[in-house]
Amino acid sequence: MLQTPLIGVHRRAGAKLVDFAGWELPLHYGSQIDEHHAVRRAAGMFDTSHMLAIDVQGRGARAFLIEALANNVERLGKPGKALYSCLLREDGGILDDLIVYFLREDLFRVVVNAATADKDLAWLEALAAGRVALQPRRDLAMIAVQGPQARGRTWSALPLLRPASESLTPFFGAQAGDTFVSRTGYTGEDGFELMLPADAALAAWGRLAQAGVRPCGLGARDTLRLEAGMNLYGQDMDESVTPLECGLGWTVDLASARAFVGKAALAAQKPERTQLGLVLEERGGVLRAHQAVHGASGSGEITSGTFSPTMQTSIALARLPRRYAPGDRVEAEVRGKRLAARVVRPPFVRHGRILV
Amino acid sequence: MNVPENLRYTASHEWLRAEADGTVTVGITDHAQDALGELVYVELPAPGRKLGPNEACAVVESVKAASDVYAPLAGEVVAANQALADSPGDVNRDPYAAWLFRLKPSDPAALAKLLDAAAYKKTFK
Repeated sequence: MLQTPLIGVHRRAGAKLVDFAGWELPLHYGSQIDEHHAVRRAAGMFDTSHMLAIDVQGRGARAFLIEALANNVERLGKPGKALYSCLLREDGGILDDLIVYFLREDLFRVVVNAATADKDLAWLEALAAGRVALQPRRDLAMIAVQGPQARGRTWSALPLLRPASESLTPFFGAQAGDTFVSRTGYTGEDGFELMLPADAALAAWGRLAQAGVRPCGLGARDTLRLEAGMNLYGQDMDESVTPLECGLGWTVDLASARAFVGKAALAAQKPERTQLGLVLEERGGVLRAHQAVHGASGSGEITSGTFSPTMQTSIALARLPRRYAPGDRVEAEVRGKRLAARVVRPPFVRHGRILV
Repeated sequence: MNVPENLRYTASHEWLRAEADGTVTVGITDHAQDALGELVYVELPAPGRKLGPNEACAVVESVKAASDVYAPLAGEVVAANQALADSPGDVNRDPYAAWLFRLKPSDPAALAKLLDAAAYKKTFK
């Protein structure tokens, strides 16, 4: 199994390790629910070094990404600005979701999922056909520090990062010495994501822990992102769905004249399905992926479900017929029983507050 | 992993304790709770329900997954630990105190045929 530069510190901390897309990563360090609360209430950190940064280099970098990505890289005006986007096939199916950073006019950085990294790289290489140089950055480790106290504790642990990162607004990043700091994340809380040389990751992790940032595993990462209404690639979306069917229409700009891979398919599509949230309204189990959902406007399916530690009930993302709207009542099939649920518009929780 | 010597076990990770009144208390083992992760929902059989051997009769759900609990012995349910409905995490904190249900076995001799602690430990090593 592949290992991140932090595997030793995870083992020493007693983490329960699992195989995630071929990587040996912490599921939790004892209690994934306590880790979840730590991020909502104070600060937690995740080893996300399994994700791959790919540097897109060359004079044609921006033009290439304008064509390759469904969201519009023309909008990245100031260096450091980040953008969330899907990477689409010609038929509109989603190859991956990613974050792209504008560093310089001849240098953009794309961060992709671990499970899809090889596929993405091959796809981008084929599409670029030599117009840009694509440099996978396996030399970089990544640490996401998240929570209302995340920035303050990062600065007390790693004071050298402070000058470059103090004035960062959400979805901006900056280089601070050997570390790229961005005000981004996957939890619905404030915080930073750090990209740094693999051999510096161990010391940074240790200092963050000493500053009161709690190590968190994939378990808490999943419940946090689901509460925040964020999709997980491979679960809420894959090559069989388009952004218009999984709640990501806002990341696709069909109005501009810009040509991009998948645009024609999306422009022609009349989506019959949409993504909405569900909140379980009675006891009886936990909403989970692949459970059927029934109601007055037809049937659909849950794509991600879990128990929400913040709301103390079960929540889910579901792909439903387009006629459904927030406020509708549905039933979810949970182990042979039909349980009542309420349709909502995600996110469920942001910045520690329940929104639905 | 904690495997008390005074209990009986199944290969599907239930524990059983013989009570003085002839009933048998059933729970899930430390190994089971560790593998499942933190429990957030428990569904228990109603007292009076007749169970066949190895019948699925309870459900424990963690953040991660749902798992059936099987009747280790045929018999009638005489009690269920309803306190777990409000605090399913008790099973993680102390799996041998947080019992799930109690049954009156149809064959009182059947309990002695289940795994003892030493035999149970071998099933997951």
